[in-house]
Amino acid sequence: MSSTITTRFVPQAKARPPRAPEVNYLNVAYGVKSWLLTTDHKRIAILYLFTVTLMFFLGGAAATVIRLNLMTPTGELVTADTYNKLFSAHGIIMVWFFLVPVVPTVLGNFLLPLMIGARDLAFPKLNLLSWYIFTIGAVITLWAILAGGVDTGWTFYTPFSTRSARTNVIPTIIGIFISGFSSILTGLNFIVTMHRMRAPGLTWFRMPLFLWAIYAGSIILVLATPVLAVALILIGVERAWGIGIFDPELGGDPLLFQHLFWFYSHPVVYIMILPAMGVVTEIIPCFARKNIYGYEFVAASSVGIAVLSFFVWAHHMFVAGQSVYSAMIFSALSYLVAVPSGVKVFSWTATLYKGSVSLRTPMLFAVGFIALFTMGGLTGLMLAALGVDMHVHDTYFIIAHFHFIMVGGAVMGYMGGLHFWWPKMTGRMYSEFLSKLAALIIFVGFMLTFLPQFVLGYLGMPRRYHVYPPEFQILNVMSSAGASILAVGYVLPLFYLIWSLYGGKPAGPNPWGATGLEWQTPSPPPPHNFDETPIVTTAPYEYSLEETDGVG
Amino acid sequence: MFAEVPLFPEQASTTAERVDALFFFLCAVTGIMAVSIALLLLYFAVKYRRRAEDDRTPRILGNKRLEWFWTISPMFVFLIMFLWGASIYTSVAQPPPDAPEVFVIGKQWMWKIQHPDGQREINDLHIPVGRPVKLTLTSEDVIHDFFVPAFRTKIDVVPGRYVHTWFHPTKTGRFHLFCSQYCGTSHANMVGSVVVMERAEYAEWLDSHAEGSLALQGRKLFLKLQCITCHSANSQARAPVLEDLYGRTVNLRDGRTVVADNGYLRESILYPEAKVVQGWESIMPTFKGQVNEEELIRLLAFIKSLKPGRTPVRTEDFPPPLGAPETPPGGNPKPPQAVPTNRPEGKSNRS
Repeated sequence: MSSTITTRFVPQAKARPPRAPEVNYLNVAYGVKSWLLTTDHKRIAILYLFTVTLMFFLGGAAATVIRLNLMTPTGELVTADTYNKLFSAHGIIMVWFFLVPVVPTVLGNFLLPLMIGARDLAFPKLNLLSWYIFTIGAVITLWAILAGGVDTGWTFYTPFSTRSARTNVIPTIIGIFISGFSSILTGLNFIVTMHRMRAPGLTWFRMPLFLWAIYAGSIILVLATPVLAVALILIGVERAWGIGIFDPELGGDPLLFQHLFWFYSHPVVYIMILPAMGVVTEIIPCFARKNIYGYEFVAASSVGIAVLSFFVWAHHMFVAGQSVYSAMIFSALSYLVAVPSGVKVFSWTATLYKGSVSLRTPMLFAVGFIALFTMGGLTGLMLAALGVDMHVHDTYFIIAHFHFIMVGGAVMGYMGGLHFWWPKMTGRMYSEFLSKLAALIIFVGFMLTFLPQFVLGYLGMPRRYHVYPPEFQILNVMSSAGASILAVGYVLPLFYLIWSLYGGKPAGPNPWGATGLEWQTPSPPPPHNFDETPIVTTAPYEYSLEETDGVG
Repeated sequence: MFAEVPLFPEQASTTAERVDALFFFLCAVTGIMAVSIALLLLYFAVKYRRRAEDDRTPRILGNKRLEWFWTISPMFVFLIMFLWGASIYTSVAQPPPDAPEVFVIGKQWMWKIQHPDGQREINDLHIPVGRPVKLTLTSEDVIHDFFVPAFRTKIDVVPGRYVHTWFHPTKTGRFHLFCSQYCGTSHANMVGSVVVMERAEYAEWLDSHAEGSLALQGRKLFLKLQCITCHSANSQARAPVLEDLYGRTVNLRDGRTVVADNGYLRESILYPEAKVVQGWESIMPTFKGQVNEEELIRLLAFIKSLKPGRTPVRTEDFPPPLGAPETPPGGNPKPPQAVPTNRPEGKSNRS
């Protein structure tokens, strides 16, 4: 731990005057073609930023109609079929076209080469291809959703999806299937880059923890996505040609689909949350001006989560008719996967101890992340208890739980990361006041939206209900009211971030006084990232080292 | 206004009490964890707030002993949660042996219920208070889920197989019954009620809805479908005796053994070649497509009720159903007198 440090971190940018470089990745070339044919990881990250932001607001629009419809117990706004298509669209868009790609493809793409002192990813053309594949998958899926829609939910449970649904199931799964290749290629690209292209001196245990998280997430992407592809193909085969795989009428087994689906879809939850955890692990040390507490444990916990995530899938099936013994094994394993998440939360909290804590905007998002993710994780402990899951499974309790993880966790972490690295990506600062306001509105709106859903769930309101008994109305109205606040919180950044491009103050290379190689190059970075390959001689997060002596 | 906000569901079964006890324990433990972390974050954020731009901080890298502590110690708490949860789950998986069995069939988008004494209902389930009831459930089409929040009981109703659950109601009243596995357009309307009644009231209800017991209905079906032809329990029988079969262990031709439960009997009716009993030929035709889920349940109820020596004798004439086995009924001396009209003239018809 106490290895000799030969160079020291110089806090703040005072060592180097903030000076915009003449040529950066944004102004090096102009025109649509220069963007659509780029192989620069930074530009590809911006392409992804556009795509996933669009998808986020489309998925959000579906959620808005859902919440409006649930204001009344009789569901006056839309018909039952439309409602079913709306929640399916919301889930499909948000999971596959926002949550899974967002942090790896936007922040990961932009930062990975910068953080390891490389010029680009290992396979720049493959990186561009990934974006095209992703976009083609997204267009096909959107077309399927807009031209008639799909009403299976994002889970595609059989035999409903193969026998009963009369909607665009096959076009939708083709879209998702195609976008899966983008996930696999991105994951491979990241893994290879991290193995082969780290700057001299950047050992694994000197890597920023964001990269550990991205690495763990990439492993999941590469290993789990093919299983989803298989499951989707089998749905198509049964639906199109009546070959019995899942439908008991045709001699199939409906639970087989659930096993295949959750073998992908449980690890995928960690693809969503792990990179966001990585983001938070970068933000906290910077704004506490401290070393991360327990680097090795935090790094190992990312790998631990990735490994254990493959062995808990059947906890989605406790009431689906599996054997008691299998349920018990998966319950026990589900508790194990909570351990590494706990390690991270404890480490983040301990990092603040004796720090110099500055609640700038990214830090507000990071603290919000810890609070909401912790609540999501702790309610997960309730769901892992077989006796309780029996009651709350498939109710709004589950909805609230996974929105705490995916929205309170992953989206909050992404917003923190976007605000943290926005000055690096654009060279401009955004409004401190408006961004803090947005963080606050998102936090409050989120709590108001999803806390009532825990109560609703325990009362017994099932998920995916277009209408509901009148006694649930007041809680639903509270939830919808919260959602309207949340919506304001998500639209606000759109305005001040775009405004910052024109009116924001120049950020300088390192506005937060952060360690990390990405902050040692100008903002926005030049096309080749670094003028000369950096040499790394210290562990990351050496915020406490000073020009004089100083060992704590 | 907030006085009207419902916060906690009614508790109307023995399982509900157990589930709630565990839930309160979990709320307490996780609540303590959440509040401690929130308070620590708040305390650190205030106490160690940045006072000057050039604040300096001590270089703290961690403390292995503390880190191991917070890695290992939660596992002990988790172990309690796991064991407690598992104990409730296992007891819900084992119905009390004396509980009467009610059959439930889910279909898009209704619940069809058949009581042991033959009463049938749709979307309502009448049961007596203070006595356990076992449910055997299946689906005609897609996966549904039988969920009674007041009982804290939920089970996916999967097509092609039987699943079981049970509950012991402790309170009279009318409680929500929800389908909680998404099943298509009217998923949200696949709702009903469980009506828990006083014993006397329940007995009255049973009497007023009697239709002849399920087993009796099954017996009629057994004769009508010509099952009796082969499963005749006499010396010329071409199929195994079904008397006293339910719950017994059966030896199969391929050396396996199987317990004759609902699932096995169902499979043997729909897919007779799947598990053939030792010492018998696989000659039974499939009844898939000829009996629906409700009729299957009646047949099962009959087989279950069949005591030694009580296999019915074939006395009534039933028209054979479409696609029934073409072999003439055993013991019937006269073959059907179908008289063809287009005989060649030169041959005598007498013999």
